[in-house]
Amino acid sequence: MTAVTDRPVPAPDIAPNFATTPSGRRRKRTNAIMAGLVTLAFLIALVPLISLLTEVVIRGGSTLTWQFLTTDMTGVFGDSLDGGVSHAILGTLQITGLATLISAPIGLLAAIYLVEYGHGRLARTLTFFVDVMTGIPSIVAGLFAVALFAILIGPAYRSGVMGAIALSVLMIPVVVRSCEEMLKLVPNELREASYALGVPKYLTITKVVLRTSLAGIVTSIVLAIARVIGETAPLLLTVGIVTSTNASMLEGRVATLPVFAYSQYSQDALGVGADRAWGAALVLILIIMILNLVARFISSRFSIAEK
Amino acid sequence: MSKRIDVSDLDIYYGDFKAVQGVTMAIEPRSVTALIGPSGCGKSTFLRTLNRMHEVIPGARVEGKAVMDGVDIYGSGVDPVEVRRQIGMVFQRPNPFPTMSIKENVLAGVKLNNRRLPKAAADELVESSLRGANLWNEVKDRLDKPGSGLSGGQQQRLCIARAIAVSPQVLLMDEPCSALDPISTLAIEDLIHELKEDYTIVIVTHNMQQASRVSDRTGFFNLEATGQPGQLVEMDDTTTMFSAPTKKATEDYISGRFG
Amino acid sequence: MSTDVTPEAPGAEGRPLASRRGSTPGRFGNRLFAGLSTASGILILVTLAAVAIFLVREALPAITASPAAYADFTRDLNLGQYIAPLVFGTVLAALIALVIAVPLSIGIALFIAHYAPKRLSGPVAYVVDLLAAIPSVVYGLWGFFWLVPKIGPIMDWISQKLGFIPIFADYAPPAKNITSAAIVLAVMILPIITAVSREVFLQTPRLHIEASLALGATRWEVARQAILPFGRSGVISASMLGLGRALGETMAVLMILAPFARGTEVYSFKILASAEHQTIAANIAQQIREAHGMGVSVLIASGLALFAITLVVNMAARWIVARRAAFSGAN
Repeated sequence: MTAVTDRPVPAPDIAPNFATTPSGRRRKRTNAIMAGLVTLAFLIALVPLISLLTEVVIRGGSTLTWQFLTTDMTGVFGDSLDGGVSHAILGTLQITGLATLISAPIGLLAAIYLVEYGHGRLARTLTFFVDVMTGIPSIVAGLFAVALFAILIGPAYRSGVMGAIALSVLMIPVVVRSCEEMLKLVPNELREASYALGVPKYLTITKVVLRTSLAGIVTSIVLAIARVIGETAPLLLTVGIVTSTNASMLEGRVATLPVFAYSQYSQDALGVGADRAWGAALVLILIIMILNLVARFISSRFSIAEK
Repeated sequence: MSKRIDVSDLDIYYGDFKAVQGVTMAIEPRSVTALIGPSGCGKSTFLRTLNRMHEVIPGARVEGKAVMDGVDIYGSGVDPVEVRRQIGMVFQRPNPFPTMSIKENVLAGVKLNNRRLPKAAADELVESSLRGANLWNEVKDRLDKPGSGLSGGQQQRLCIARAIAVSPQVLLMDEPCSALDPISTLAIEDLIHELKEDYTIVIVTHNMQQASRVSDRTGFFNLEATGQPGQLVEMDDTTTMFSAPTKKATEDYISGRFG
Repeated sequence: MSTDVTPEAPGAEGRPLASRRGSTPGRFGNRLFAGLSTASGILILVTLAAVAIFLVREALPAITASPAAYADFTRDLNLGQYIAPLVFGTVLAALIALVIAVPLSIGIALFIAHYAPKRLSGPVAYVVDLLAAIPSVVYGLWGFFWLVPKIGPIMDWISQKLGFIPIFADYAPPAKNITSAAIVLAVMILPIITAVSREVFLQTPRLHIEASLALGATRWEVARQAILPFGRSGVISASMLGLGRALGETMAVLMILAPFARGTEVYSFKILASAEHQTIAANIAQQIREAHGMGVSVLIASGLALFAITLVVNMAARWIVARRAAFSGAN
């Protein structure tokens, strides 16, 4: 074996007292620069966040009066300062509510299928395409609803149901993914204990698994609502905007908060439209914030499965 | 290219918990010092203080002195990066960088300091380091293949090559053979015999037979009771430790009465 | 087989014994529930297929008709000529957004995973995730009212000093150009790229980090030697997810970008110039109100093109993740 002392070694940069060598200084400088850059990256990301929230609060806050929240835009035109978002709030709640009614059961059942039943090709295909579905552009979901109803009913049909269906296409994959995570958190021992007692599978799922993960599932659904409640493009295509309150989901266009904000902006960006747009934006963000807080609350108070 | 280390009264903490207390030992140059003892008694923790890896854990700290070549590695003004450059480490589980080739792995430490190493010098260094680790003949035809494609024993020798490529003063080995099969273990033990002609080696091992085969001096760590800090109970020439230890605890451990 | 002499456990009256377990009620319930769950799964696949099918169906008239049928909608362009500049604009905006977002995201993810003290990394991650909760229409408002006025002077300066480089030439206020839109897109995709990258960085095996440290690496060198190489495919996949988002985004572009006028469609690399770009999604949102018949069909055809592009990008991103999972599982 060759003795290692024969080895030609590049003059080792040995510091006799472990002080920093010249190359060490260079490395330290690089290290400090990179640490600075990395921190700077975070600070840069803070700029849009803080400026955006500040703008919304400042510009929207002054518009947020009781009148703004309780009137709609019937009969309001020109430079009038009247009018409000009550119709848009109602529309948003109704359409998102309907979308949730559609998406939550389907999404949850599909998640149950993936976790409790599916182990073959169907499951793998489903998982893959659910992932793919999370990437559908929101406007494509709107086009789908337009195309679907053009064939089912007629090309000029517009209604709240269309908007709800478009939102469902966007919401279902989110519900599936996060419910799947929650169901997987339930330890297998619980299921096995239930089977060992002779409980049939469907009761095990409903009474044991779902009950254990209920908080997580509710949280997932609430967060999915928060995700789609701000979607504008599909609603722009399917329900457009109207000035008065439309309580019907089946007939005619419905006002929603995001589309209201957009239409006020596009009609009158330099006047009172801008204020209304910011006001609607603030209401929307407040609703999203409340949903997130509700989700956190449920999650921290009622979760059992988390270890 | 090899120095002695004198440790005096070293206490090792995790936050407020004292894990090891009052270690005083002399590590002789160009020799192999083995550290043995039951699990959890602080031998690996102590080993990691010798190259200032211990303090990487948040809240971990050391009090006391460890003097190498007249300088306390824990003194003020001492750069831990420099300490780790000069005191190398081989770990329990081989850890060649998976995205690097064998050649790049060997040069990984060297490249940190000498960014522009001329190709000829780099190739020579790779060869001599791999020869020094007894790995050259097995990999000389696939230096550009990934390091993770080797067997466990070969990967560990690659890690040793990587460690010696930077010409460290001291080489620390934390149970280097515990993840390997007996044949690879033997190969590494033979390697340690050769390396000690040029390096100071400190090896932590669970395997007492290995300690007696490989080392010149042996230190025995033990806990008085659970929750108490670990201590260096006894340290002596290996032959003495294994034939006529002074402390009863040492003798009990060596004869297998506990551990 | 016979059960009449089987001793019953205390208090076991009515407890189903072997002969009664798996009796009809349980089995029916099982089948029903299993059927429901499976049906939901299939329904989702059907929906996805339906999206593709209905889009194709509604787009078909425009695809198969002769250009004369929609000439007044497209101002005499055929379908390809109409859609191609939109594809160009969509991809260009998304790429600029990526160029801005990816380095920032990697930096932030490294900050969270490697540099920040443990107590800070949770709050920092939360703050970055907040960016994802903001609706796109609000980003549009912010972009128009805050970003565009502020960035105009900067773009003006760049265009004057560096205008000899073609891409920076021809800035004209207001800054309603593709770069402004791309900046807002970058902010919108930052959270997802950061979140996926930080997960990947956090998964770097401790063993490799210690290998670097033991060689005497500084904190940045550990990142360069152990963390970034390990996370490379994860970062690529994260970036592709961000790309998919940016390609499909509507409102931010609609509200910030002043598009080319109809009849003046161009393929322009002048990213500071106004009225030279448009994206598929923004175009659809803009034109749909006045479109009817063939015009709607043309727009849906462009939507189909967008769907196809994002589909490919997302599938590629997922495939990279799947490949990497298998590969690192073997380690």
